[in-house]
Amino acid sequence: MLTIAGRTFRSRLFGGTGKFSSPKVMKEALDASGCEMVTVALRRVDLANPADDIMSVLDRKKFLFLPNTSGARDAAEAVRLARLARAAGGGEWLKLEVTPDPRTLLPDPIETLKATEILVKEGFIVLPYMNADPVLALRLQDAGAAAVMPLGSPIGTNQGILTAFQIAIIIEQARVPVVVDAGLGAPSHAAQAMEMGADAVLVNTAIAVAGDPVRMARAFALAVEAGREAYEAGLGERREDAAASSPETGLDFLR
Amino acid sequence: MTPEEFTIPDFAELQRLMQRHCHTADVQHALKGDRIDISGLAALLSPAAENLLPQLAARSARITARRFGRTIQIYAPLYLSNFCINRCAYCGFSAGNKIDRRVLTLEEAEQEAMILLGRGFKHILLVAGEAPARLGVDYLAELATRLCNRFAAISIEVQPLEEDEYARLFAAGITSVAVYQETYDRGIYAQVHHAGKKCDFDYRLATPARAAAAGMREVGIGALLGLADWRLDGLAMGMHIAWLRKHYWRAALTVSFPRLRPAEGGFQPLVKVNERMLTQMIFALRIFDPDVGLLLSTREEARFRDGMVGLGPTRYSAGSCTAPGGYAHPELTGEQFSVGDHRSMQEVCADICQKGYDPVRKDWDATFQIKDSGAAMSAPAL
Repeated sequence: MLTIAGRTFRSRLFGGTGKFSSPKVMKEALDASGCEMVTVALRRVDLANPADDIMSVLDRKKFLFLPNTSGARDAAEAVRLARLARAAGGGEWLKLEVTPDPRTLLPDPIETLKATEILVKEGFIVLPYMNADPVLALRLQDAGAAAVMPLGSPIGTNQGILTAFQIAIIIEQARVPVVVDAGLGAPSHAAQAMEMGADAVLVNTAIAVAGDPVRMARAFALAVEAGREAYEAGLGERREDAAASSPETGLDFLR
Repeated sequence: MTPEEFTIPDFAELQRLMQRHCHTADVQHALKGDRIDISGLAALLSPAAENLLPQLAARSARITARRFGRTIQIYAPLYLSNFCINRCAYCGFSAGNKIDRRVLTLEEAEQEAMILLGRGFKHILLVAGEAPARLGVDYLAELATRLCNRFAAISIEVQPLEEDEYARLFAAGITSVAVYQETYDRGIYAQVHHAGKKCDFDYRLATPARAAAAGMREVGIGALLGLADWRLDGLAMGMHIAWLRKHYWRAALTVSFPRLRPAEGGFQPLVKVNERMLTQMIFALRIFDPDVGLLLSTREEARFRDGMVGLGPTRYSAGSCTAPGGYAHPELTGEQFSVGDHRSMQEVCADICQKGYDPVRKDWDATFQIKDSGAAMSAPAL
């Protein structure tokens, strides 16, 4: 079971609520995915009127809503947005997205760290979206992030895990759960992340714009399970030095 | 060091560039690769790409789905004034035209905005003819202050302003600025702009950069189709977008494709641009820049806009009135152009849903614009 900030999750697949062709399809796909946490862009929500399209079709008892600050250009904006969301009843959980470059939507490391420090002190449960920078991951954990969310490839590119080498380091060094987020375009990408030892993955675009989002959601759920099973079963090590599997190099002769 | 300014080669040179990349092989090469450069854009805009329109459409649709989702953002224009000091041959607001002129009082403008809010719009575009003495920065700043907390985002399409003026408007709550070059062909530009500040081609050309430098979240460019060679204007817009991305990476960008419509003054298009050409332009720019917003306004007919859902455009206006005060008083005349799509906001949204897409009424928030005086950042020094 996965635990983040004291809360347990049976599913290691988290979902997104953007890009779907309709609220109905979104609900059906997220239900089919089995995920228990979904991220919601605050820019899409009418904070004065939270019972709107996105929020109202999803069962709050089934899904933990993880508001995100997508669109924020700097820490000040993200912090402001987070505070307002919490004041409007959005809860403590927050996916921190500080993305000043509208073309790539890559996260700003400096502003993300600044905002994490402030928000953690204010009692938020902060899950920062970050580039796959191992040192940044350590800094964010030191600052109190509840998890880290390194990207596989930029949002919406569906390129899979282009950052595998760095993500492996992040996983190795992490004291908090690692959620691979962004760029996972196919279930095999999600399986790969889980086989590497990621604690969870977040998928939005690949499900939302699939030909059949409900089926794709199920496919991702299966892939995440498969990848985690494989990881826990202990994948045969890929060793850099080829070693014979028979004991020809045994040392029993030694006295 | 003064910042570099965007310059556009003359159309003869753009024509030569296009001729170097206008073979079917060029088009196929552009369609095969991951990213295309300016020569790839030229190929996709060239006549050789006309027969491959379905392939362009498929590629454009795929890219748009990934980057933007199966969504279309909805907005409405709010015309504030049809006074104009320019004489542009093609525009209903041209100073030479005898139309009913008015500039809305702030209260009237607010009333129009409330009507739009009531209809469900959260994104609005404030539009005005270019007459600073009638409608200037003070007016816009005051109106922005009154409206910005009630809307998700407010854009403006008014006379080109100075950087410090854009900065002031940004602080007042304006999110984005649209300013269309109309045509990047200097010769044609001079031909259709007879008087007024708009005659200054270079000042207008540098305007998107000024808006971006002032911190505007989003900057929109566009060419008025029917004036000059649309392929070359498409190429020029590609260059403009690429330059803005390079020099103002924080600014989100949009491109608009207004096609000449019947208007007071009876101007006839200098160049015929039919629907196939418009779609080729849209697809080519989408493939060239996967992240640029693409606007299709009510200049285009319902049938066309319906058909284009999902193929590239990402923003649709709806229920538009181009006469100042026309939402409260539909009988008013003095329109900028006659609209092609007469559907209401509800009808446009219903039709978008029918096509299997989500009409997004809110995709920003006033919170992004609110500046509390540094209280937000009580951060420890890093």
